[in-house]
Amino acid sequence: MSIADTMIPPQAPPPAPPRAYTLSRFVGSVALGIWLALGVGIFFTVVEGWDPEKLARYGPSFLSGLGVTLMLVTSSILMGAVLSLPVALGRMSKHRLWSWLAYAYVYFFRGTPLITQLFLVYYGLGSFRPELQSIGLWWFFRDAWNCALFTFTLNTAAYQAEILRGAIESVPRGQHEGAAALGLPERVAFFKIILPQAMIVALRPYGNEIILMIKGSAIVAIVTVFDLMGETRRAFSRTFDYQMYVWAAALYLLIVEVLRNIWGWLEARLTRHLKR
Amino acid sequence: MSGLFAALFSGIAWIVSTIDPFCGPAGIFRWFGSGTLLACGDTGWGDEIAYGFLVTASLAIATLPVGLVIGFFVALAKQSNERALRLAANIYTTIFRGLPELLTLFIVYYGLQILVQQFLATLGYEDPIEINAFAAGMIALGVVFSAYCSEVLLSAFKAIPQGQYEAGDALGFHRGKTMRLIILPQLVRIALPGLGNLWMALLKDTALVSVVGLPDILRQTGIAARVTKEAFQFFGIACILFLILAMVSSIAFSALERWTKRAEMHR
Repeated sequence: MSIADTMIPPQAPPPAPPRAYTLSRFVGSVALGIWLALGVGIFFTVVEGWDPEKLARYGPSFLSGLGVTLMLVTSSILMGAVLSLPVALGRMSKHRLWSWLAYAYVYFFRGTPLITQLFLVYYGLGSFRPELQSIGLWWFFRDAWNCALFTFTLNTAAYQAEILRGAIESVPRGQHEGAAALGLPERVAFFKIILPQAMIVALRPYGNEIILMIKGSAIVAIVTVFDLMGETRRAFSRTFDYQMYVWAAALYLLIVEVLRNIWGWLEARLTRHLKR
Repeated sequence: MSGLFAALFSGIAWIVSTIDPFCGPAGIFRWFGSGTLLACGDTGWGDEIAYGFLVTASLAIATLPVGLVIGFFVALAKQSNERALRLAANIYTTIFRGLPELLTLFIVYYGLQILVQQFLATLGYEDPIEINAFAAGMIALGVVFSAYCSEVLLSAFKAIPQGQYEAGDALGFHRGKTMRLIILPQLVRIALPGLGNLWMALLKDTALVSVVGLPDILRQTGIAARVTKEAFQFFGIACILFLILAMVSSIAFSALERWTKRAEMHR
């Protein structure tokens, strides 16, 4: 019988085997290399074609275009939110006529491209000029900006109505019943119990809708509104400098990413009571 | 050989003209549009609009497989163990989901033009060239579609339990075979509703390609509107045609969904 009187000294773990050079590693390096090359290439073309005069001439117009885009999206989202309430209520209504009308509205605006709707309003309503003049609305539809605002509001109202309806219907029935059991009036129950819970569900779709509107708003450039895209097209048609599109792309990506991060933060903040 | 192609094309043209729902033998414009602006042939715009409908539908159908395949591989890259691969795939989706589709289209259209021109200039060919709008539209829409598609497929991949892969290993399947026989059939079933939404978005985005000159529904009706000064009527028709496309595809997708769920228990 032997007694061990010396402990085996602690030893370092065996060295990790070298990572195998797999196909996915190769593809990953190649793909990353392509992105890097593209980034460096764009950087160098920008540096090479850097022209202070161009920047001085088109920089402010880019910024004003950015302002137009943000203004258009903000106002149409807000007005669409107001308009979406009756539409969502109509969708959930038990009255056959209202629910059918709201359904047709939503189906039309979600089933056709935004650009077609914009053309229908901007060019199409022009054929009703005498009628519009007689009821005094022609000044409104004569302007491309107003037409874009009108179309975008109607369009986003349809999408927001669906978001709102889905969110309200996702609140379990027990919540209604609980409110009724407490003797709360229906209005109070809706605004204090149903809507706050629905809004948490609706938060992410709303964020997506805003991003979709920012991206969709680029088409107003075609009907002569000088938003970010419109200014880009104007600058490109004057200079034939491909950099203009790179600048516009960077600005759009910046807005969308900032918004996405704000929304992620907002969601984490508002749902912190649901975390386990 | 060219005779064979000619025969093939004339055969396809004959089939298309026979089943054409607008100007074919049983077309709506043929029966109800004669004598109006929508008549077929030289007196009306019916056949031009029918051609635009065909172009829109074929652009969307041609883009779909491209977007699906790229999206599938990007989704695979996103759940890979390799950090470089994941990063590259995430850059791809961040860029193409963040850019407006119209801007992507312009970047592809003008960028390709510049690239091809520079390439040809090095070969000593200096004439200005024009990129095919259909190809540019297909690339731009396919890239955008694949970026969204990869997200849908990624969440579908996450819904498939690890045990399914292990089952494939236990049966001694190769990785590709596991993917093909075990994972993909479940993936399609889970991802189909999301893919349906993406298809609808793709159909609507095809309208943007009219801006670079593709003779699709919107461009053809736009030309008709400009010539006849009946803008409301023609853009209204464009809206109705897009609605028809949306309806047909929603019917097709619900049939497809029923078909993929045919093996599930009926209760």
